[in-house]
Amino acid sequence: MALREEQLSASIKTNRMTLIQAITDGLGTMLEADDRILLLGEDIGKNGGVFRATEGLQERFGPDRVMDTPLSESGIIGTSVGLAVNGFKPIAEMQFFGFIYPAYEQIMTHVSRIRMRTMGRYTVPMVIRAPYGAGIRAPEIHSDSVEALFTHMPGIKVVCPSTAHDAKGLLIAAIEDPDPVLFLEPLKLYRSVRDEVPEGQYMVEIGKGKKVRDGDDVTIIAWGAMVQVAMEAANQAEKDGISCDVIDLRTLYPIDRDIIAESVQRTGRAVIVHEAHETGGVGNDIVSIINDYSFLYLKSPIERIAGFDVPVPFFALEEHYLPTPKRVHHAIKKTVDF
Amino acid sequence: MNMASVFQVPAVFFNQNNGYAISVPIEKQMNSKTVAQKSVAYGIPGVRVDGNDIFAVYFQTKEALERARNGEGPTLIEAVTWRYGAHTTADDPTKYRNQADSDQIRQTRDPLMRLERYMKNEGLWDEEWTKQIQEEITEEVERAIREVESYPKPKVDDLFDHVFETPTWTIAKQKEEYFQLLGGEAKWR
Repeated sequence: MALREEQLSASIKTNRMTLIQAITDGLGTMLEADDRILLLGEDIGKNGGVFRATEGLQERFGPDRVMDTPLSESGIIGTSVGLAVNGFKPIAEMQFFGFIYPAYEQIMTHVSRIRMRTMGRYTVPMVIRAPYGAGIRAPEIHSDSVEALFTHMPGIKVVCPSTAHDAKGLLIAAIEDPDPVLFLEPLKLYRSVRDEVPEGQYMVEIGKGKKVRDGDDVTIIAWGAMVQVAMEAANQAEKDGISCDVIDLRTLYPIDRDIIAESVQRTGRAVIVHEAHETGGVGNDIVSIINDYSFLYLKSPIERIAGFDVPVPFFALEEHYLPTPKRVHHAIKKTVDF
Repeated sequence: MNMASVFQVPAVFFNQNNGYAISVPIEKQMNSKTVAQKSVAYGIPGVRVDGNDIFAVYFQTKEALERARNGEGPTLIEAVTWRYGAHTTADDPTKYRNQADSDQIRQTRDPLMRLERYMKNEGLWDEEWTKQIQEEITEEVERAIREVESYPKPKVDDLFDHVFETPTWTIAKQKEEYFQLLGGEAKWR
């Protein structure tokens, strides 16, 4: 059984690893523990995936459990649905999040509604892994952040770690979850983030955010690769004498309303940062949550710093698309100077 | 292909079958022996040619184009070839196949080398003419590279200006606010 985060003790050995190594470690740990778990994806076998998330796993567990599939995202998801309904626990890899579009039909018509369609008789306990986001100078479609297309639709949970520790813990929680989970991997952080990862099985609870910096003046809410941008902006604000609470949301559906309320009711100010497009983004749901639970505590309007309402551009303009610490810092000052 | 067949459009589907999708060979992509046979299901002509045989590719494509132009509907051509190198600059083919074999295939089957051998055997090879053509083509490619590299860098405006004919208010507002934040606008436009 996987430990809960609060059950982790100092006696459990940890290893320092990158975010992607933590994902490989989590996949290996779970493949070892439960033979109902299967991996499906393009180039995930001998090649170990284009980002090497499944490096060495086919060698360890064989081609019947770590399967190279034909180039068909809808086929990967459709096959996984059949496996999940019949008692397996498939983990499907989308090579890039933007490649998920052909699979959207399968996810929306089957993955997310088989439980409801059968009044709970059949369930789809599967995980869809997808590297998302910009910042590695990749071509078109390879840099998208379209989590809102999934948080909007009922029946699928969405998580997004920003550390190696949380990546493994959330991955195991997603695998153990009785319902489908979209597991978003910030590809920009794959090798730039490194932290202590416990050995064995442990879970980071789905639906729980994490405070990554304590402050009293402004709450900044971010996830994935934007957590670092938020932290950098918070450091800059510190020099102006503004102290920021920074929340790494970790789960995008269902959102941790308690951690947001606790912080915003104390600071009275909020800045939301995400790299997805502003219109229809998850940031708007966070604004609604603050409105619902903390409206009378607000001292200034909530600011959102997001990707613009344009397709993620080619690499020459990528740095202008992505939210920067400068933009976030500007928003922090706006909430304070209101 | 079903649409093309139903509407009998003048189209030629040219499949360059190079045997690989990044690391996964075609035998794991499909269980049918050929791509060409898929034409049977759509009721259109399908041909499979040696994609490294310049004459076979030329004549089959010519025939298919004639059929299309004469209102006789679409054709599927499968040209069988080989991907010599990596899929992308991020790909390392030595992880999943023997690159020495791949280089060997290039030496024996590369269409340019094959044509050269054929022309030499037939006594059609003219050293001077070939040299001249090679120089001309090299110059043409280099000129194209120079031209493309001399294009101005994209402007920040380009990020916002090509989503719609007329930007929506959200895009216009985001652009305006971003330029304000950047300060020295001229530098970015």
